[in-house]
Amino acid sequence: MSTASTEISGHSYAHGPGRHDPHLAHHFDTPEQQFTSAKLGMWIFLGTEILMFGGLFCAYSIYRHNHPLVFKFAAEAYLSTKWGAINTVILITSSLTMAWGVRAAQLNQKKLLISCLVLTLMGAAGFLVVKTIEYSAKWDEHVWVGSWNRYNGDNDASYATPPPEQPTTRPMVQIPAPAYSSVAIADDANTGLDVSQIKPRFNDSFSQSIQVHPPKQESEQKPSGEEQVDERYKQLSASDQWHVNTFFSCYFLMTGLHGIHVIVGMGLISWILMRTLKNEFSSEYFTPVDLVGLYWHLVDLIWIFLFPLLYLIH
Amino acid sequence: MSKEEKVDNYLTHNRGFLSWALTLDHKRIGLLYMTFVLSAFLLGGTFAVLLRTSLLTPNHWMFPNDPAHDTQAKLFYNNMFSLHGAVMVFMFIIPAIPAILGNFILPMMLGAKDVAFPRLNLLSFYIYCLGATLFTWILMGGILRTAFNIHLPFGFGLDTGWTFYTPFSTSKAEDGMVAGVLGAFILGFSSILTGVNFIASIHTLRPRGMTWFRMPLFLWALYATSIIQVLATPVLAITLLLLVAERLLHVGIFDSSLGGDPVLFQHFFWFYSHPAVYIMILPAMGVISEVISVHSRKHIFGYSFIALSSVALALLGFLVWGHHLFVAGQSNLVDSIFSLLTFSVAIPSAVKVFNWLGTLYRGSIRFTPAMLFAMGFILLFTIGGLTGLFLGALATDVPLHDTYFVIAHFHYVMVGSMVFAFLAGMYHWFPKMFGKMCNPTWGRVAAIMLFIGFNTTFFPQFVMGAHGSPRRWATYPAEFQPYHVTSTIGSYIMAISLITVALNWLAGLLWGKTAPANPWGGNSLEWHCPSPPPHDNFSTPPVVDDPYNLSAWEYDASIEGWVPRKTQPVPAGRPAADRTRPVTH
Amino acid sequence: MSLTHSNDIPAPVADDAGPNAPHGVHAVPRRTLAGVYGLLILFTVITVAISKVDLGQANIWAALLIAVIKGGLVTMYFMHLRWDSPFNGLILISALFFVSLFIGLALLDSHSYEPQMKPTPMYVKTR
Repeated sequence: MSTASTEISGHSYAHGPGRHDPHLAHHFDTPEQQFTSAKLGMWIFLGTEILMFGGLFCAYSIYRHNHPLVFKFAAEAYLSTKWGAINTVILITSSLTMAWGVRAAQLNQKKLLISCLVLTLMGAAGFLVVKTIEYSAKWDEHVWVGSWNRYNGDNDASYATPPPEQPTTRPMVQIPAPAYSSVAIADDANTGLDVSQIKPRFNDSFSQSIQVHPPKQESEQKPSGEEQVDERYKQLSASDQWHVNTFFSCYFLMTGLHGIHVIVGMGLISWILMRTLKNEFSSEYFTPVDLVGLYWHLVDLIWIFLFPLLYLIH
Repeated sequence: MSKEEKVDNYLTHNRGFLSWALTLDHKRIGLLYMTFVLSAFLLGGTFAVLLRTSLLTPNHWMFPNDPAHDTQAKLFYNNMFSLHGAVMVFMFIIPAIPAILGNFILPMMLGAKDVAFPRLNLLSFYIYCLGATLFTWILMGGILRTAFNIHLPFGFGLDTGWTFYTPFSTSKAEDGMVAGVLGAFILGFSSILTGVNFIASIHTLRPRGMTWFRMPLFLWALYATSIIQVLATPVLAITLLLLVAERLLHVGIFDSSLGGDPVLFQHFFWFYSHPAVYIMILPAMGVISEVISVHSRKHIFGYSFIALSSVALALLGFLVWGHHLFVAGQSNLVDSIFSLLTFSVAIPSAVKVFNWLGTLYRGSIRFTPAMLFAMGFILLFTIGGLTGLFLGALATDVPLHDTYFVIAHFHYVMVGSMVFAFLAGMYHWFPKMFGKMCNPTWGRVAAIMLFIGFNTTFFPQFVMGAHGSPRRWATYPAEFQPYHVTSTIGSYIMAISLITVALNWLAGLLWGKTAPANPWGGNSLEWHCPSPPPHDNFSTPPVVDDPYNLSAWEYDASIEGWVPRKTQPVPAGRPAADRTRPVTH
Repeated sequence: MSLTHSNDIPAPVADDAGPNAPHGVHAVPRRTLAGVYGLLILFTVITVAISKVDLGQANIWAALLIAVIKGGLVTMYFMHLRWDSPFNGLILISALFFVSLFIGLALLDSHSYEPQMKPTPMYVKTR
């Protein structure tokens, strides 16, 4: 008959000495099986994170390949290698403390584990502090994300248009959304708009303060280096000038998404810290520490690639 | 144990709302998914019928035929097909077989007590609910506003189609874009987490003796599906996030007036969405492998080929996304590369069809409802697959792109194949899940009616498309009206047959005969436990065997089911198929 | 073979793991952690230094190569992949493979049609 049949599934049906382990779920046979399974699941999840960031790396590759000079210009003018390198060192160090923390959990060294987790948290916080410094510098230099960027075509005072003598010829009129009983959604063609209707898209003070040309009576907010930047910008081709905005899109999307992952990581590490303080981990059971550690190392890994690609373009 | 004594099973194990809402039992989670996913199917299906109804005349007869209503009618149509497509794709087809049948059956086929991560499973379900609610709200809001001027709070609507192409979606589309896209984003996570769970389960919970090549083919199919879910869905996630960033912040990744590239959006979108169609079809193929084998009482033909072709399909499916971009502005070089790769992806599918036919050949075929749906699958999938070749060849794709030919092609594979397989699987495992038998006559009637209705609906669309009728248009030239009318009548027949299926199941649940543990005589492990199964699946651990060794069972008329064979093996010279069971149903 | 332990071969335990180290658990030795950390910092310094030298096209490849080395160190030692089941490594490699596939084909396409692209003038935005 079934010569190929073999014995049983599930030791989990037996009631052996290991089954009283409070951490062993009822559908697993042994703690080792459960731990291996958890690690496998976590690695699969890390794979999904790599794929997700991979999309951003794809957009980056395409835009940088097609406009190398744009990226060179924008990175040299607006990104600080110093801060990027400091962030890299901070993250690598926090990775070390996290790995050490996992080791401490495996060896029942509770106090060491707590210190390592606290140090990792401090590293993460430090990373975010540096990021804030960088982002606020970008805000001050009017190169923030999307329409708040002086190089973005949406920005009413964008550099993307050739400096005209008269007010900008790009009408940005807000047409109120039509009620659906009426006809005609306006199409792209010139609809005979009244240029005197021009209003900036955004009414915040930043938009109002940006001038199309850098006039001589500009307030002292503008640093002197900006004229040099303008000079180099004008040396780019028309097509390249149009794409400076894309560098900043890539920069903010990539570092922004990464930053969100850092914040989530801080939350996870804090959760592990609280559980450690409640004595939940030991050499018998340290799986959550290990899994959060893996997540944190992935955050570090992504930054290891972001740093040269964004900051070290020369 | 007397017959009157109630045996504790997973349905009766604990009672109360919280025992269901906070359950960690994979079987209950499967049923929870079933209620929501079938509701999504009802919603999407209702709009399908509405769409077909509105296409009865060339000039959107549901609205007055004057210029004032023209925009409104077209906006309504756009919202309708967006809702139909988005709900069906994201809320029905992708989760249906993995989340319902997979969740229920996979641990039992492994002889295990649950999936690897039961709490993650419950989380997946709640993420699905959240995404589905948000998505439905936005979509229905658009429908109500454009048709009836009813304004739901935050009910903005979505009129881009389920593909969200830029620059329309980032500039002029309705305001529901951001929220709707976030709904789809959330739904994607449900899919990812289910995939993580299944991969880990199949790796770590296989019992001793069940090597990879002794797993049932449904598990191979779910494994391949999970690989795709895990690798492809994150790219959808980032695509949707970029869409939101583009819409809210005007970053200019996809908008050419800001320096972006709209074709890049299509690369991003289809890198997920093409593998997504393999997420839809692979579990269906797994179901068919099980049903065909058991209901023709024959060992599956070419087991290794089917198993390996599942994985091959999963991997090759990642190489062909550019065939959606043939007329989008993709370069000629890359067009050719993708066209060539698209031809290669037909091969594993053909291997499977050949093996299923080989299984049916000289089998002892029982025309159960499950088998009828499975046979319908084979024919309809073949047609769907062959018509895909027309679309994969560059020259023929150019006139056929964005016509009704494409619509007919993907409905043949999504409805004609996946829905048929889903129904086959539901009929096949219904006794196991609920402990009741459905009336087989009505099941057969529904299957035949659905087959007829489906072909009536979609075959004319091949012809229409070949004649150039474009898709996603609310109005059409008058010469196409006969095709549209035929198609609409077919859709009504489909609706009636699906209602028949639903009533058949309901009647089975309420008044069906008690099901034996093994009503069809399968040998995979889920048939070794009672119907319905107890909370822990198996009271005694099952013995692992070749899952297609059907001769291990013999029919017992007293319980109208199959019991393990105790007698000696049949003498030599016996035909390959097991013909000891009289054909009575 | 008891019910609590499968017949897995126990992974080697770190030499400095101490008397409390349980059977089958591998803790990364302290010296390994410190050594890897040192290498990571060193490579960071190298990559910044190299970027200041103009190597033309080779710059980006040099930077990527160093990033891959650093990434490999983090993965193998901090993330414990060196002592883990090889399937976990396979997951990582597959994810990287599919990312490369995506970037490769999309980049090839974009490179091929880029000469046909020209900057779009601003249009009137209506909403």
